[in-house]
Amino acid sequence: MINLTIDGNHVSVPEGTTILEAAQKVHLDIPTLCYLKLEKSKYLNQVASCRICVVEVEGKHNLAPSCATPVFEGMKVTTNSKRVLASRRKNLELIISNHPFECLVCAKSTDCELQKLVWEFGINTQRYTGERSSHPIDKTSSALKRDPNKCIMCRRCETMCNTVQTVGALTAFGRGFHTVVTPAEKMPLAESNCVYCGQCVSVCPTAALTGVGYIQDTWAALFNPKKKVIVQVAPAVRVAIGEEFGMPPGQPVTGKMVAALRRLGFDAVFDTTFGADLTVVEEGKEIVERLERKEHLPILTSCCPGWINFLKYHFPNLDYMASTCKSPQQMTGAVIKTYYAQKMGYDPQDVVVVSVMPCIAKKYEAALPAEQTYGIRDVDLVLTTRELAKMIKEGSMDLRHLPDEEFDDPLGRSTGAGVIFGGTGGVLEAALRTVYEKVTGKELVDVNFTAVRGLAGIRETEIDLEGRTVRVAAVSGLGNTRKVLEKIESGEEKFDIIEIMACPGGCVNGGGQPYSEERDEIIEQRVRGLYHLDRGTTIRKSHLNPSVQELYTSFLGEAGSHKAHEVLHVQGLLEEEVCPEYQPQ
Amino acid sequence: MKKTLKHCESYQEHSKQFQELGEYLDSLQIDQRNPRRKDTLIMTLHRAQMIFGYLPEEVQLFIADRYGISHADVSGVISFYNFFTVTPKGKIQVNVCLGTACYVNGADQILAEFERILEIKAGQVSADGKFSIESLRCVGACGLAPVVTINSKVYGKVKVSQVREIIERFLTEDLEVEEVSHA
Repeated sequence: MINLTIDGNHVSVPEGTTILEAAQKVHLDIPTLCYLKLEKSKYLNQVASCRICVVEVEGKHNLAPSCATPVFEGMKVTTNSKRVLASRRKNLELIISNHPFECLVCAKSTDCELQKLVWEFGINTQRYTGERSSHPIDKTSSALKRDPNKCIMCRRCETMCNTVQTVGALTAFGRGFHTVVTPAEKMPLAESNCVYCGQCVSVCPTAALTGVGYIQDTWAALFNPKKKVIVQVAPAVRVAIGEEFGMPPGQPVTGKMVAALRRLGFDAVFDTTFGADLTVVEEGKEIVERLERKEHLPILTSCCPGWINFLKYHFPNLDYMASTCKSPQQMTGAVIKTYYAQKMGYDPQDVVVVSVMPCIAKKYEAALPAEQTYGIRDVDLVLTTRELAKMIKEGSMDLRHLPDEEFDDPLGRSTGAGVIFGGTGGVLEAALRTVYEKVTGKELVDVNFTAVRGLAGIRETEIDLEGRTVRVAAVSGLGNTRKVLEKIESGEEKFDIIEIMACPGGCVNGGGQPYSEERDEIIEQRVRGLYHLDRGTTIRKSHLNPSVQELYTSFLGEAGSHKAHEVLHVQGLLEEEVCPEYQPQ
Repeated sequence: MKKTLKHCESYQEHSKQFQELGEYLDSLQIDQRNPRRKDTLIMTLHRAQMIFGYLPEEVQLFIADRYGISHADVSGVISFYNFFTVTPKGKIQVNVCLGTACYVNGADQILAEFERILEIKAGQVSADGKFSIESLRCVGACGLAPVVTINSKVYGKVKVSQVREIIERFLTEDLEVEEVSHA
């Protein structure tokens, strides 16, 4: 152990600890900006570029960045001397001298870490003016927006994209003042190998990287008397949106959220969890068939568009392994515009499907031409959890004070299996609950497959299907995914079923979820919230969802039927062109 | 449209050059799982620029693929160094140093004179592809300031009045020597 003093406090820490971490031990809150550590995601950004966390070390001439300076025996650190405070302040003033002063109308206002620091430092004047960066704003993608003028060169996005996700879409381009974080060759995002996982958005301290917003389009649809506007909500949203209203993370607020959506004017409030159950039944059929024929194994789940993009761009030779099933979002949309519209006597052209997702990539997925049914887009507008929270606030509501209401029938009915889709391992567990019964013909008594739960990046186990042992894995984070796929490619490992989610921890940690500085704890709480909901439901197997059964009986026929393929499966996974945007009339 | 290696069609056109680069990369025996594999990237980019004259996107993708790194990674390194170029340069490359020592000795006027005579600006290539001019920062010959290099030849203590003569001499004498030595 190394002994040192920080502001007169004696601290004992293991060798290799940074001053910042040692200071946290004695509850000293040294301000940081570029630094970020997320243990659950194995993420560490320690470039020491912003110089906000500098401290004075006795005997050293220069101020030390506390985030990247290891402690030594007998070290004496001062975190709040005149020199330290003056230096931090000047550094921050220099950073904002090259930052647009449009905070009032900025998408990140009140969630911006730069803004927060400026506020905490009490900086109320713009001391330095000079040359400003001027780069074009990249709006080429339907999911992600890049505004390099708001970038403070913290490099958090690069670390996330290149080190954790191993996508490699971003680089620092150029040198000195003209450096800009951009895809290769300054190409637009839409042409780059970006998979739109949105993890860069969740670590960006400013609004340099944000999701493309669809709030105004949603209001326009809601206020259009000719349109039937139907909303669906993903499972991960209900255990996170409460945070935006000061409720504890992970606390399920399903009923209040449904009440809010109804009061916003949606004609029907449906549950993407229904689509999840449908996915399990449809994909379960595919799994059973492939297991029987022993071909195209392992089957890779296809619920996560960030992951599917990763597969397309980085492992195109393995793309035949992916399930052809649409994701729950797209299945729900397709069923709304076919089965439900027919049942209600609506013209599908007049139906607008809005989905609320914890995700950035879902915005991209909804716009893909392969994601249509009978020539009509399955999902028109995709909002993030954050965007819905804003709409609820704009709509004069406080989630905390709303009553608990139920989803509408029939696409609001779901099972515990559908709910756990929101976290890593959930899709696999839900599929196993169904596949077990389909393969063995026996009732599954204990539905808990605890071996596939947890937040470790890769979890593998073997499941006994009464005579046939299947090897399964649940993977989250694209860096972990790369490791697994490389082993499959080389033949080093063999699996039967693999669930993959692009975001570390799964959808609960999606790029569209409420921003938080304590993400590690929050992810755990959100996952716990999902399993809590699962335990509280009476039906915990997707194929027993009565609405799903009814849908097959009266509309689709049986799982894997021709009709089911037309509505619930993707036609041509590799199609790239984006279909026409939703136009409000 | 997303671009990957598959989309690059110019491989056939330049297949000899790609073959040469490929052989060079083979000789490096790159281990795609070694976290330090990028150590030789700058060397490779030098070699590639020697072979192709510049570093177009398909060359970048080719190199990225062989190293098992992203295109963005390669592009970022290229963008950092003035020496590397992603657009073709002229056959005769005039580089005028604008480093501190050269600058205080009037390098800006030297550059202006080259631009005037060759009728192109720094960063441009003449229409016939013969000349290009670049300005650069310090070639490490400050004692000779102001310094101009044309291809691999270095000219020191250059005066504005000498510029035309330098160009003419290079065209008549040095270029021939270069061509002979390359043959």
